[in-house]
Amino acid sequence: MAKPKDIFASRIGIIIVGLAIGCIAASLQKFGNPSNMGVCVACFTRDIAGALGFHRAGIVQYLRPEIPAFCLGAFLAALMFKEFRPRTGSAPMLRFILGMFAMIGALIFLGCPWRAMLRLAGGDWNAILGIAGLVTGIAIGVIFLRVGFSLGRSYTSRFPVGLAMPIVMLVLLLLAIFYPKFSETSALFQSTKGPGAMAAPIILSIVAGLIIGFLAQRTRFCTVGAFRDLILMRDFHLLSGVIAFVVAAFVMNLIYIQFNPGFTLTADDGSVSMQPAAHTTHWLNFCGMVLAGLSFCLAGGCPGRQVFLSGEGDGDAAMFVLGMLVGAAVSHNFLMVGSQVMAPCAVVIGLIVVFTIGITGRSIPVLSR
Amino acid sequence: MTDMEKIDARGLSCPQPALLTKQALKRAGEGEIEMLVDTMTQVQNCSRTAEQLGWKVSYEESEGIFEIRLRK
Repeated sequence: MAKPKDIFASRIGIIIVGLAIGCIAASLQKFGNPSNMGVCVACFTRDIAGALGFHRAGIVQYLRPEIPAFCLGAFLAALMFKEFRPRTGSAPMLRFILGMFAMIGALIFLGCPWRAMLRLAGGDWNAILGIAGLVTGIAIGVIFLRVGFSLGRSYTSRFPVGLAMPIVMLVLLLLAIFYPKFSETSALFQSTKGPGAMAAPIILSIVAGLIIGFLAQRTRFCTVGAFRDLILMRDFHLLSGVIAFVVAAFVMNLIYIQFNPGFTLTADDGSVSMQPAAHTTHWLNFCGMVLAGLSFCLAGGCPGRQVFLSGEGDGDAAMFVLGMLVGAAVSHNFLMVGSQVMAPCAVVIGLIVVFTIGITGRSIPVLSR
Repeated sequence: MTDMEKIDARGLSCPQPALLTKQALKRAGEGEIEMLVDTMTQVQNCSRTAEQLGWKVSYEESEGIFEIRLRK
């Protein structure tokens, strides 16, 4: 009989890791990543979709090495600590759909929960609406969980099931490093202006991604679980990590002179501009994140967490990640990003779909004597 | 001990194993409860929930399945 003893599983462990991720995120911005984006899982997955040619938004196409590095860092951690376990079978198709709508919601706000925190830490007050929406979405998800919502069990599966996503991510990482362009009009695409053209030196991005993936796999860092556990269980464990993440990013932003408070930015000559990659349509910022928060909550974790789980062999989380990739393409191809014309329509359709998944999710028998 | 409650939380996503733990512990009040989970993550989550409610936790692993024992 052993008792769980693991520094990473402790309160101090997750706080230290939250601080580390916050410092790394703000530093990546300092070294070239887009402002208040740092390590946004939604934005960077969207950029990857663009690089692969899945959407045509020319300013957000870049094969971000951070995302594959997240997965591979988590993969290494899982192997080292004997936690790699191939598994699947918990409603993979529904997880794909949840991943799609989580992404569609997040891109209406212009950021996943990670970026919501980073935007707050950078002084973008539109993030307050986004975080309020996120918490609302999670709270709705908690109601479903309280009445027994479940996507069903996953089961141990064969080795290739668990290995598939790390291999896909390794291929993406190699593509990011060598960045082949097969012809003038073919992939890989790379933005020459806009956020897609802003990037930290690739070696920094890869090392940062691997470190974050490793640490997050060990601590189970999760920005959605943080609020879910607080509401559902009165458990501050994960939230203490997320608070540390915001505080560290805020302090680093002050040091790097990256903190610019306001809903909009006012230049010295009095001209007003938007915060970086942001809009001020408050109801859409809120509702987009309600959709994202509910989708993440029903799927069991934030976008980062889904990437880390896919690295430790969870084939269902891998389906969610692929759903996010497709969702990003759909968002841009159908003008549903930010305050674009189809965004309100996307919120309504998304909420109908995700509520339907929530309502039809059955509890499963768990008691035996 | 023959009618000890046993909860099978194998293969369930967060937060279901921890939620099932909490519900079972509240229902029981005291005694002994056994849980099955299949990841270390869920061992940690269930343990944290149980310890917050003042239960003692131990577990053992065999072939990738963790058997958690909760006592109060």
